[in-house]
Amino acid sequence: MNTTIRLSSSIGSSFVAKVEKISGQKLLACYQCGKCSAGCPMAAHMDILPNQIIRMAQLGMQKQLLASRSIWVCVSCLTCNSRCPKSIRIAEVIESLRETALRSGQRNDHLNIGEISPEARGALPPIAMISAMRKLTS
Amino acid sequence: MMGSDNKPMKLIYYPGCTLKNHARNFDDSTVSSMAKLDVEVEEPARWNCCGTVHALGSDNVMNRVAPITNLIRVKEANASEVMTSCAMCYNTLKRANNDVKKRADALATINEFIYLEETKYQGDVNVLHLLEYLRDRIGFEKLAERVTKPLKGLRVACYYGCLLVRPKDVAFDDVENPMIMENLIRALGAEPVSFPLKTECCGAYHAVGKPEIIADRTNKIMGSVQEQKADLVVVSCPMCAYNLDFRQDDARQLNSDLQHLPVLYFTQLMALAFGCGDEALRFDLHHIDPLPALAARGLD
Repeated sequence: MNTTIRLSSSIGSSFVAKVEKISGQKLLACYQCGKCSAGCPMAAHMDILPNQIIRMAQLGMQKQLLASRSIWVCVSCLTCNSRCPKSIRIAEVIESLRETALRSGQRNDHLNIGEISPEARGALPPIAMISAMRKLTS
Repeated sequence: MMGSDNKPMKLIYYPGCTLKNHARNFDDSTVSSMAKLDVEVEEPARWNCCGTVHALGSDNVMNRVAPITNLIRVKEANASEVMTSCAMCYNTLKRANNDVKKRADALATINEFIYLEETKYQGDVNVLHLLEYLRDRIGFEKLAERVTKPLKGLRVACYYGCLLVRPKDVAFDDVENPMIMENLIRALGAEPVSFPLKTECCGAYHAVGKPEIIADRTNKIMGSVQEQKADLVVVSCPMCAYNLDFRQDDARQLNSDLQHLPVLYFTQLMALAFGCGDEALRFDLHHIDPLPALAARGLD
Protein backbone atom coordinates (compact mmCIF):
# COMPACT_ATOMS: atom_id res chain seq x y z
CA MET A 1 0.00 0.00 0.00
CA ASN A 2 1.29 3.42 -0.91
CA THR A 3 0.61 6.24 1.47
CA THR A 4 1.16 9.78 0.41
CA ILE A 5 1.79 12.16 3.23
CA ARG A 6 1.50 15.78 2.24
CA LEU A 7 3.51 18.04 4.47
CA SER A 8 1.56 21.14 5.15
CA SER A 9 1.84 24.33 7.13
CA SER A 10 0.03 22.53 9.94
CA ILE A 11 3.33 21.39 11.43
CA GLY A 12 3.83 23.40 14.57
CA SER A 13 0.17 24.39 14.44
CA SER A 14 -1.99 25.05 17.46
CA PHE A 15 -3.36 21.50 17.05
CA VAL A 16 0.09 19.97 17.55
CA ALA A 17 0.71 22.27 20.52
CA LYS A 18 -2.64 21.30 22.04
CA VAL A 19 -1.98 17.56 21.66
CA GLU A 20 1.43 17.98 23.26
CA LYS A 21 -0.01 20.03 26.10
CA ILE A 22 -2.93 17.75 26.98
CA SER A 23 -0.88 14.57 26.60
CA GLY A 24 2.27 15.98 28.19
CA GLN A 25 4.29 14.20 25.46
CA LYS A 26 6.94 15.36 23.00
CA LEU A 27 5.70 13.95 19.70
CA LEU A 28 9.03 14.34 17.89
CA ALA A 29 10.69 11.89 20.29
CA CYS A 30 9.08 9.06 18.28
CA TYR A 31 11.40 7.36 15.76
CA GLN A 32 8.73 5.05 14.33
CA CYS A 33 10.03 1.67 15.53
CA GLY A 34 6.46 0.32 15.56
CA LYS A 35 6.69 -1.45 18.92
CA CYS A 36 3.41 0.16 20.05
CA SER A 37 1.48 -1.21 17.08
CA ALA A 38 3.14 -4.63 17.30
CA GLY A 39 1.82 -5.22 20.82
CA CYS A 40 -1.49 -3.38 20.60
CA PRO A 41 -4.35 -5.78 21.45
CA MET A 42 -6.80 -3.50 19.62
CA ALA A 43 -4.74 -3.14 16.41
CA ALA A 44 -6.97 -5.57 14.49
CA HIS A 45 -9.92 -3.25 15.06
CA MET A 46 -8.15 -0.01 14.13
CA ASP A 47 -8.03 1.91 10.85
CA ILE A 48 -4.80 3.74 11.73
CA LEU A 49 -2.18 1.96 13.88
CA PRO A 50 -0.76 3.59 17.03
CA ASN A 51 2.64 4.42 15.46
CA GLN A 52 0.79 5.99 12.52
CA ILE A 53 -1.28 8.06 14.95
CA ILE A 54 1.92 9.47 16.44
CA ARG A 55 3.35 10.20 12.98
CA MET A 56 0.17 11.91 11.85
CA ALA A 57 0.05 13.91 15.08
CA GLN A 58 3.62 15.08 14.43
CA LEU A 59 2.45 16.24 11.03
CA GLY A 60 -0.61 18.01 12.41
CA MET A 61 -3.12 15.89 10.47
CA GLN A 62 -6.01 16.94 12.70
CA LYS A 63 -8.89 16.16 10.37
CA GLN A 64 -7.79 12.59 9.61
CA LEU A 65 -6.97 11.83 13.23
CA LEU A 66 -10.20 13.13 14.69
CA ALA A 67 -12.20 11.25 12.05
CA SER A 68 -10.39 7.97 12.68
CA ARG A 69 -11.99 4.92 14.28
CA SER A 70 -8.79 4.13 16.15
CA ILE A 71 -8.96 6.89 18.74
CA TRP A 72 -12.28 5.46 19.99
CA VAL A 73 -11.08 1.85 19.82
CA CYS A 74 -8.06 2.40 22.09
CA VAL A 75 -9.10 1.44 25.66
CA SER A 76 -5.97 2.79 27.40
CA CYS A 77 -4.61 -0.66 28.31
CA LEU A 78 -1.17 1.04 28.30
CA THR A 79 0.71 -1.87 26.72
CA CYS A 80 2.21 0.60 24.21
CA ASN A 81 3.29 2.96 26.99
CA SER A 82 5.01 0.25 28.97
CA ARG A 83 6.97 -1.02 25.95
CA CYS A 84 7.91 2.19 24.12
CA PRO A 85 11.73 2.40 23.96
CA LYS A 86 11.49 6.20 23.92
CA SER A 87 9.13 6.27 26.94
CA ILE A 88 6.47 8.07 24.95
CA ARG A 89 3.01 7.65 26.41
CA ILE A 90 1.12 6.81 23.25
CA ALA A 91 -2.13 6.23 25.17
CA GLU A 92 -1.92 9.78 26.52
CA VAL A 93 -1.56 11.11 22.97
CA ILE A 94 -4.63 9.14 21.89
CA GLU A 95 -6.55 10.41 24.94
CA SER A 96 -5.63 13.97 23.98
CA LEU A 97 -7.15 13.32 20.53
CA ARG A 98 -10.36 12.01 22.10
CA GLU A 99 -10.40 15.03 24.42
CA THR A 100 -9.88 17.37 21.46
CA ALA A 101 -12.88 15.82 19.70
CA LEU A 102 -15.03 15.81 22.85
CA ARG A 103 -14.14 19.40 23.76
CA SER A 104 -14.98 20.74 20.29
CA GLY A 105 -18.09 22.48 21.60
CA GLN A 106 -20.46 20.22 19.66
CA ARG A 107 -21.77 16.94 21.02
CA ASN A 108 -19.38 14.45 19.54
CA ASP A 109 -20.21 11.45 21.71
CA HIS A 110 -19.13 8.02 20.55
CA LEU A 111 -21.57 6.10 22.70
CA ASN A 112 -25.33 6.41 22.65
CA ILE A 113 -26.68 4.91 25.86
CA GLY A 114 -30.24 5.30 24.54
CA GLU A 115 -29.51 2.70 21.86
CA ILE A 116 -28.76 0.04 24.46
CA SER A 117 -31.78 -1.82 25.80
CA PRO A 118 -32.59 -1.50 29.51
CA GLU A 119 -32.00 -5.27 29.89
CA ALA A 120 -28.55 -5.02 28.32
CA ARG A 121 -27.73 -2.01 30.49
CA GLY A 122 -28.84 -3.85 33.61
CA ALA A 123 -26.65 -6.82 32.77
CA LEU A 124 -23.52 -4.69 32.45
CA PRO A 125 -21.46 -4.06 35.59
CA PRO A 126 -21.43 -0.39 36.75
CA ILE A 127 -17.70 -0.05 36.05
CA ALA A 128 -18.36 -0.82 32.36
CA MET A 129 -21.04 1.86 32.03
CA ILE A 130 -19.13 4.53 33.92
CA SER A 131 -15.81 3.99 32.15
CA ALA A 132 -17.46 3.91 28.70
CA MET A 133 -19.24 7.18 29.44
CA ARG A 134 -16.11 8.80 30.84
CA LYS A 135 -14.04 7.83 27.80
CA LEU A 136 -16.54 8.23 24.98
CA THR A 137 -18.86 11.09 25.89
CA SER A 138 -18.44 14.76 26.75
CA MET B 1 -2.91 -12.12 62.12
CA MET B 2 -3.18 -10.45 65.51
CA GLY B 3 -2.71 -6.82 66.38
CA SER B 4 -0.45 -5.83 69.27
CA ASP B 5 -3.31 -6.03 71.79
CA ASN B 6 -4.21 -9.53 70.58
CA LYS B 7 -7.37 -8.35 68.79
CA PRO B 8 -7.90 -9.04 65.09
CA MET B 9 -6.20 -6.52 62.83
CA LYS B 10 -8.54 -3.89 61.45
CA LEU B 11 -8.11 -2.82 57.87
CA ILE B 12 -9.99 -0.16 55.93
CA TYR B 13 -11.47 -1.86 52.89
CA TYR B 14 -12.83 -0.04 49.84
CA PRO B 15 -15.14 -2.45 47.95
CA GLY B 16 -16.25 -0.22 45.08
CA CYS B 17 -19.65 -0.16 43.36
CA THR B 18 -19.51 -3.34 41.29
CA LEU B 19 -18.65 -5.47 44.33
CA LYS B 20 -21.94 -4.36 45.86
CA ASN B 21 -24.08 -5.72 43.03
CA HIS B 22 -22.82 -7.70 40.01
CA ALA B 23 -19.68 -8.88 41.81
CA ARG B 24 -21.09 -9.67 45.27
CA ASN B 25 -19.18 -12.94 44.98
CA PHE B 26 -15.94 -10.90 44.98
CA ASP B 27 -17.00 -8.83 48.02
CA ASP B 28 -18.34 -11.76 50.08
CA SER B 29 -15.33 -13.97 49.36
CA THR B 30 -12.93 -11.11 50.19
CA VAL B 31 -14.55 -10.40 53.56
CA SER B 32 -14.94 -14.10 54.48
CA SER B 33 -11.42 -15.10 53.59
CA MET B 34 -9.95 -12.10 55.40
CA ALA B 35 -11.87 -13.14 58.51
CA LYS B 36 -10.21 -16.57 58.26
CA LEU B 37 -6.88 -14.71 58.27
CA ASP B 38 -7.98 -12.80 61.41
CA VAL B 39 -8.18 -9.53 59.55
CA GLU B 40 -11.33 -7.57 60.18
CA VAL B 41 -12.15 -5.32 57.26
CA GLU B 42 -14.15 -2.15 57.67
CA GLU B 43 -15.60 0.02 54.92
CA PRO B 44 -15.03 3.75 55.24
CA ALA B 45 -18.23 5.73 55.79
CA ARG B 46 -19.82 7.43 52.75
CA TRP B 47 -17.47 6.03 50.13
CA ASN B 48 -18.31 6.86 46.51
CA CYS B 49 -17.50 5.51 43.05
CA CYS B 50 -13.74 5.55 42.36
CA GLY B 51 -14.29 7.02 38.89
CA THR B 52 -13.32 3.70 37.23
CA VAL B 53 -10.81 5.11 34.72
CA HIS B 54 -7.88 7.38 35.29
CA ALA B 55 -8.11 10.38 32.96
CA LEU B 56 -4.87 10.51 30.98
CA GLY B 57 -5.12 14.17 30.04
CA SER B 58 -2.72 16.26 32.12
CA ASP B 59 -5.31 19.02 32.49
CA ASN B 60 -8.20 16.76 33.50
CA VAL B 61 -8.09 17.28 37.25
CA MET B 62 -11.87 16.94 37.57
CA ASN B 63 -11.75 13.17 37.19
CA ARG B 64 -9.41 12.92 40.21
CA VAL B 65 -12.09 14.30 42.54
CA ALA B 66 -13.92 10.97 43.00
CA PRO B 67 -10.84 8.93 44.00
CA ILE B 68 -9.43 11.69 46.21
CA THR B 69 -12.75 12.06 48.06
CA ASN B 70 -12.51 8.35 48.90
CA LEU B 71 -9.02 8.84 50.29
CA ILE B 72 -10.42 11.64 52.50
CA ARG B 73 -12.98 9.12 53.82
CA VAL B 74 -10.09 6.82 54.72
CA LYS B 75 -8.45 9.61 56.70
CA GLU B 76 -11.75 10.31 58.42
CA ALA B 77 -11.78 6.68 59.55
CA ASN B 78 -8.50 7.46 61.34
CA ALA B 79 -6.53 5.28 58.97
CA SER B 80 -3.57 5.94 56.73
CA GLU B 81 -4.05 2.91 54.53
CA VAL B 82 -6.81 1.48 52.36
CA MET B 83 -7.07 -1.96 50.79
CA THR B 84 -9.18 -2.79 47.75
CA SER B 85 -9.55 -6.09 45.90
CA CYS B 86 -11.04 -4.67 42.68
CA ALA B 87 -8.27 -4.06 40.15
CA MET B 88 -10.13 -1.17 38.56
CA CYS B 89 -10.66 0.66 41.87
CA TYR B 90 -7.08 -0.08 42.87
CA ASN B 91 -5.70 1.41 39.67
CA THR B 92 -7.87 4.52 39.80
CA LEU B 93 -7.26 5.25 43.50
CA LYS B 94 -3.54 4.55 43.24
CA ARG B 95 -3.00 6.65 40.12
CA ALA B 96 -4.93 9.64 41.42
CA ASN B 97 -2.93 9.35 44.64
CA ASN B 98 0.40 9.14 42.80
CA ASP B 99 -0.60 12.07 40.61
CA VAL B 100 -1.50 14.47 43.43
CA LYS B 101 1.62 13.47 45.37
CA LYS B 102 3.69 14.61 42.40
CA ARG B 103 1.63 17.68 41.48
CA ALA B 104 0.96 20.13 44.27
CA ASP B 105 -1.03 22.38 41.91
CA ALA B 106 -3.46 19.57 41.00
CA LEU B 107 -3.91 18.72 44.69
CA ALA B 108 -4.56 22.37 45.57
CA THR B 109 -7.15 22.63 42.76
CA ILE B 110 -8.95 19.50 44.01
CA ASN B 111 -8.96 20.60 47.67
CA GLU B 112 -10.28 23.98 46.60
CA PHE B 113 -13.02 22.41 44.50
CA ILE B 114 -14.22 20.21 47.37
CA TYR B 115 -13.88 23.03 49.90
CA LEU B 116 -16.91 21.82 51.88
CA GLU B 117 -14.92 18.77 52.99
CA GLU B 118 -13.67 19.26 56.52
CA THR B 119 -10.65 17.07 55.92
CA LYS B 120 -8.05 18.23 53.43
CA TYR B 121 -6.18 15.66 51.40
CA GLN B 122 -2.41 15.85 51.52
CA GLY B 123 -1.35 12.71 49.69
CA ASP B 124 -1.16 10.97 53.06
CA VAL B 125 -3.04 7.71 52.44
CA ASN B 126 -1.41 4.54 51.17
CA VAL B 127 -3.40 2.53 48.60
CA LEU B 128 -2.90 -1.24 48.67
CA HIS B 129 -4.27 -4.05 46.57
CA LEU B 130 -5.40 -7.17 48.43
CA LEU B 131 -2.85 -9.37 46.63
CA GLU B 132 -0.09 -7.04 47.78
CA TYR B 133 -1.46 -7.10 51.33
CA LEU B 134 -1.55 -10.90 51.37
CA ARG B 135 2.01 -11.21 50.07
CA ASP B 136 3.66 -8.45 52.11
CA ARG B 137 1.69 -8.23 55.34
CA ILE B 138 0.46 -11.79 55.87
CA GLY B 139 2.87 -13.79 53.72
CA PHE B 140 1.90 -16.72 51.49
CA GLU B 141 3.53 -19.24 53.87
CA LYS B 142 1.38 -18.02 56.78
CA LEU B 143 -1.62 -17.99 54.49
CA ALA B 144 -0.96 -21.61 53.49
CA GLU B 145 -1.25 -22.62 57.17
CA ARG B 146 -4.90 -21.53 57.15
CA VAL B 147 -5.82 -23.83 54.25
CA THR B 148 -8.22 -26.54 55.41
CA LYS B 149 -9.18 -27.82 51.96
CA PRO B 150 -6.13 -27.79 49.67
CA LEU B 151 -7.10 -27.27 46.03
CA LYS B 152 -5.13 -30.32 44.99
CA GLY B 153 -4.87 -31.01 41.28
CA LEU B 154 -6.78 -27.88 40.27
CA ARG B 155 -5.16 -26.26 37.23
CA VAL B 156 -5.56 -22.50 37.47
CA ALA B 157 -4.75 -19.84 34.85
CA CYS B 158 -4.05 -16.49 36.53
CA TYR B 159 -5.23 -13.61 34.38
CA TYR B 160 -3.99 -10.15 35.39
CA GLY B 161 -5.28 -8.01 32.56
CA CYS B 162 -4.07 -4.39 32.52
CA LEU B 163 -4.86 -2.71 35.78
CA LEU B 164 -2.64 -4.58 38.23
CA VAL B 165 0.49 -4.15 36.12
CA ARG B 166 0.20 -0.94 34.12
CA PRO B 167 1.45 1.71 34.38
CA LYS B 168 4.69 0.66 36.05
CA ASP B 169 4.26 2.96 39.05
CA VAL B 170 1.11 1.16 40.20
CA ALA B 171 2.46 -2.35 39.55
CA PHE B 172 3.42 -4.40 42.61
CA ASP B 173 4.98 -7.15 40.52
CA ASP B 174 6.78 -7.60 37.20
CA VAL B 175 4.98 -5.66 34.46
CA GLU B 176 5.33 -8.30 31.72
CA ASN B 177 5.40 -11.50 33.77
CA PRO B 178 3.75 -11.03 37.16
CA MET B 179 3.72 -14.12 39.40
CA ILE B 180 1.99 -12.93 42.57
CA MET B 181 -1.32 -14.66 41.80
CA GLU B 182 0.45 -17.88 40.81
CA ASN B 183 2.29 -17.83 44.14
CA LEU B 184 -0.99 -17.34 45.99
CA ILE B 185 -2.64 -20.16 44.04
CA ARG B 186 0.27 -22.46 44.91
CA ALA B 187 -0.13 -21.59 48.60
CA LEU B 188 -3.75 -22.74 48.30
CA GLY B 189 -2.56 -26.12 47.03
CA ALA B 190 -3.56 -25.60 43.39
CA GLU B 191 -1.38 -25.79 40.33
CA PRO B 192 -0.88 -22.57 38.34
CA VAL B 193 -0.55 -22.98 34.57
CA SER B 194 1.27 -20.44 32.48
CA PHE B 195 -0.25 -18.97 29.34
CA PRO B 196 1.09 -16.12 27.22
CA LEU B 197 -1.86 -13.72 27.32
CA LYS B 198 -2.11 -13.13 31.07
CA THR B 199 -1.50 -9.39 30.84
CA GLU B 200 -3.38 -8.80 27.55
CA CYS B 201 -6.36 -6.45 27.66
CA CYS B 202 -9.87 -8.02 27.67
CA GLY B 203 -11.40 -5.05 25.84
CA ALA B 204 -12.75 -3.46 29.05
CA TYR B 205 -15.62 -0.98 28.56
CA HIS B 206 -16.14 -1.91 24.91
CA ALA B 207 -18.54 -4.39 26.50
CA VAL B 208 -21.00 -1.48 26.35
CA GLY B 209 -20.82 -0.32 22.74
CA LYS B 210 -18.52 -2.66 20.76
CA PRO B 211 -19.35 -6.23 21.86
CA GLU B 212 -17.64 -7.64 18.73
CA ILE B 213 -14.29 -6.50 20.15
CA ILE B 214 -14.96 -8.29 23.45
CA ALA B 215 -15.88 -11.48 21.57
CA ASP B 216 -12.55 -11.33 19.74
CA ARG B 217 -10.52 -10.65 22.90
CA THR B 218 -12.33 -13.31 24.94
CA ASN B 219 -11.81 -15.85 22.17
CA LYS B 220 -8.07 -15.16 22.07
CA ILE B 221 -7.55 -15.09 25.85
CA MET B 222 -9.74 -18.07 26.72
CA GLY B 223 -8.41 -19.98 23.72
CA SER B 224 -4.90 -19.50 25.07
CA VAL B 225 -6.02 -20.69 28.53
CA GLN B 226 -7.69 -23.73 27.00
CA GLU B 227 -4.51 -24.72 25.16
CA GLN B 228 -2.77 -25.04 28.53
CA LYS B 229 -5.54 -27.33 29.77
CA ALA B 230 -6.52 -25.11 32.68
CA ASP B 231 -9.64 -25.98 34.69
CA LEU B 232 -10.51 -22.37 35.33
CA VAL B 233 -9.30 -18.77 35.23
CA VAL B 234 -8.86 -16.46 38.20
CA VAL B 235 -9.06 -12.67 37.97
CA SER B 236 -9.01 -9.62 40.21
CA CYS B 237 -11.18 -7.35 38.07
CA PRO B 238 -14.99 -7.43 37.73
CA MET B 239 -14.67 -5.93 34.23
CA CYS B 240 -12.40 -8.79 33.08
CA ALA B 241 -14.64 -11.30 34.88
CA TYR B 242 -17.68 -10.01 33.04
CA ASN B 243 -16.02 -10.05 29.62
CA LEU B 244 -14.33 -13.44 29.97
CA ASP B 245 -17.31 -15.16 31.63
CA PHE B 246 -20.50 -13.54 30.35
CA ARG B 247 -19.20 -12.94 26.82
CA GLN B 248 -17.92 -16.47 26.27
CA ASP B 249 -21.03 -17.33 24.27
CA ASP B 250 -20.22 -14.49 21.84
CA ALA B 251 -16.64 -15.78 21.61
CA ARG B 252 -17.94 -19.27 20.80
CA GLN B 253 -19.70 -17.77 17.78
CA LEU B 254 -16.20 -17.04 16.47
CA ASN B 255 -14.67 -20.32 17.60
CA SER B 256 -16.86 -23.36 18.14
CA ASP B 257 -13.94 -25.26 19.73
CA LEU B 258 -13.96 -22.95 22.74
CA GLN B 259 -14.99 -24.92 25.83
CA HIS B 260 -17.01 -23.61 28.78
CA LEU B 261 -14.31 -22.38 31.15
CA PRO B 262 -15.35 -20.84 34.46
CA VAL B 263 -13.92 -17.52 35.60
CA LEU B 264 -13.49 -16.93 39.35
CA TYR B 265 -12.10 -14.23 41.59
CA PHE B 266 -8.91 -15.24 43.36
CA THR B 267 -10.71 -14.55 46.63
CA GLN B 268 -13.26 -17.26 45.83
CA LEU B 269 -10.48 -19.84 45.60
CA MET B 270 -9.14 -18.56 48.94
CA ALA B 271 -12.59 -18.84 50.51
CA LEU B 272 -12.93 -22.36 49.10
CA ALA B 273 -9.52 -23.43 50.41
CA PHE B 274 -10.19 -21.84 53.82
CA GLY B 275 -13.43 -23.79 54.14
CA CYS B 276 -15.82 -20.81 53.93
CA GLY B 277 -19.42 -21.74 53.13
CA ASP B 278 -21.32 -21.45 49.86
CA GLU B 279 -22.67 -18.05 50.91
CA ALA B 280 -19.12 -16.68 50.61
CA LEU B 281 -18.66 -18.17 47.13
CA ARG B 282 -21.92 -17.11 45.45
CA PHE B 283 -21.44 -19.32 42.40
CA ASP B 284 -25.02 -18.41 41.43
CA LEU B 285 -23.68 -15.08 40.12
CA HIS B 286 -21.53 -16.74 37.45
CA HIS B 287 -22.47 -17.28 33.84
CA ILE B 288 -20.35 -20.43 33.46
CA ASP B 289 -20.99 -22.52 36.58
CA PRO B 290 -17.68 -23.26 38.35
CA LEU B 291 -19.03 -26.39 40.10
CA PRO B 292 -18.48 -28.98 37.32
CA ALA B 293 -14.82 -27.93 36.96
CA LEU B 294 -14.32 -28.10 40.73
CA ALA B 295 -16.23 -31.41 41.00
CA ALA B 296 -13.96 -32.94 38.36
CA ARG B 297 -11.09 -32.39 40.83
CA GLY B 298 -13.13 -33.53 43.83
CA LEU B 299 -13.42 -29.99 45.18
CA ASP B 300 -17.15 -29.34 45.14
